[in-house]
Amino acid sequence: MTDETPAPEGGAVSDWGFETRMIHAGAGPDPVSGSRQTPIHQTSAYAFHDADHAASLFNLQTFGFIYSRLGNPTVAALEQRIASLEGGCGATCAASGHAAQVLAFFPLIEAGERFAASNKLYGGSVTQFSRTFPKFDWHCDFVDTEDLAAVEAVLDRGAKALFVESLANPGGVVTDLETLAGLTRAAGALLIVDNTLATPWLCRPFEWGADLIVHSATKFLSGNGTVIGGAVVDSGRFDWSESGRFPGLSEPEPAYHGLKFSETFGDLAFTVHSHAVGLRDLGASMAPMNAFLTLLGTETLALRMERHCRNSLAVAEWLTEHPKVEWVSHAGLPTSPYRALAEKYLPNGAGAVFTFGVRGGYEAGVRVVEKCELFSHLANIGDARSLIIHPASTTHRQLTDEQRAAAGAGPEVVRLSIGLETVDDLVRDLDNALAAA
Amino acid sequence: MVSALRYSDALIAGILRRVRTIAMVGASPNWKRPSNFAMKYLQEKGYRVIPVNPRAAAAGSSILGERARASLAEVPAPVEMVDVFRGSEAALEITREAIRLRAEKGFEVVWMQLGVRSDEAAAEAEAAGLTVIMNRCPKIEYGRIWGELGWGGFDRGVISSRWPRPAKRDEGAG
Repeated sequence: MTDETPAPEGGAVSDWGFETRMIHAGAGPDPVSGSRQTPIHQTSAYAFHDADHAASLFNLQTFGFIYSRLGNPTVAALEQRIASLEGGCGATCAASGHAAQVLAFFPLIEAGERFAASNKLYGGSVTQFSRTFPKFDWHCDFVDTEDLAAVEAVLDRGAKALFVESLANPGGVVTDLETLAGLTRAAGALLIVDNTLATPWLCRPFEWGADLIVHSATKFLSGNGTVIGGAVVDSGRFDWSESGRFPGLSEPEPAYHGLKFSETFGDLAFTVHSHAVGLRDLGASMAPMNAFLTLLGTETLALRMERHCRNSLAVAEWLTEHPKVEWVSHAGLPTSPYRALAEKYLPNGAGAVFTFGVRGGYEAGVRVVEKCELFSHLANIGDARSLIIHPASTTHRQLTDEQRAAAGAGPEVVRLSIGLETVDDLVRDLDNALAAA
Repeated sequence: MVSALRYSDALIAGILRRVRTIAMVGASPNWKRPSNFAMKYLQEKGYRVIPVNPRAAAAGSSILGERARASLAEVPAPVEMVDVFRGSEAALEITREAIRLRAEKGFEVVWMQLGVRSDEAAAEAEAAGLTVIMNRCPKIEYGRIWGELGWGGFDRGVISSRWPRPAKRDEGAG
């Protein structure tokens, strides 16, 4: 060894600010070409040095790429960046936010086992957990996470994880992460936080004790409505070996000649497993192009979120004064019951997705949506464009009346995702639509 | 609850840069065991790794091309690092042997693998002037600092806009 041996350059990520990491984490110059922007590695597979190298890769005994279902350099750059922004140890990207949720539970829940989830969730998550997961013999108990006794009871009955949204979709509800993390820790369960609406710029759940974070990268991370993608981020703090409740991570894995993930990879175990077993067998991998677009999005995340939040609060304040509006659910408003939680968990802003109730119920809600000219009527959030939808007739349509009410998606509810346009134009568009409703 | 272990990148990188030869106590001849493939990886990166494994030594066998030795006392000097690839309960005895043989062998570092920790052993080794790392894998740390770990989606904690120099150690001991 000589002084030519490469030295670590730069410093630990924790030494760098959030805005620096959103541009640089995971993405230095390409070592072969010097390309400064991350190349799109549009390849299915990767050449082996020789048979021995191939065997070592297949055995998980060395680092490297085999096949893009398991890993891809462009996707890996995004995984590193999301892990860095969340303060996690590693991340696994997936084909969608829903795929990321399957990937999050896959190492944790065996057939016949249970987990718990907040009853205030994106409707698609409620449907996934209550309709499709039972086909894998995974069972979800929905619970009001503001009722701590109910949360303790469901954890006592054997729930291995509690799944919540930091800032709940369709809007205005902030989850008390630190308190819930105390309950899951005491019960030997994991706290899994969907941080899609908040993004790590507004909230970093690992700082409040969460164990795993899931994202829909489709939303603010990519930010332009271009991508379907997701990610699972691991804090690296849960001790799988000590717990003994998660044999997928602590017991020998037959498909890898008896390798124990927690013994071999320590705090990296969950993320190695998510690639080497989860993506290998579930197959819901992120495309390199989608990773590239999401990398571009993350470069401006803080700037966009600042404007999203400012526009959103201005629109929410205007709506509270409107005679055709019954109520506005935005955690940044002084009247919000979640204001104190928002100040604690979302100090940079209470997000850009919120709901309001239109006088006139279901029909009025539908008419407001249809009368907008600038707001796009579509089922997405977190776009540079402002978006509007009537959840009861769309995103939350597949739920029961009770589930809709619990999720804040009753008949009169309209959901907005406020974009980056001139705020006066957004107000004028809503004013015209409300007048016509 | 014991305190979390934190080591700076500079400390870890300094060790991995300075060390040429590693005595791996508990190196297994079984290719499925982490010690075996960690040894193989470190060999590929240019380190000489000498396995310490009494059973393999008694059988006169080699592991990945290196003759197994029965104990640290039989390891040919100079060896800068002792890598403890045994359970935490064995760490104190191995560390005390390393302290005894320190001057004779040239030991500078006692490194305990992922999951291996003995605060008592660490205190004695540090008092004897050895550098101690616990609950870390040199293979993972090498990959983290010089780039390969990022391929698995891990935050390496390193940011640089300079053209990266090659990760592979092609200099040094052999």
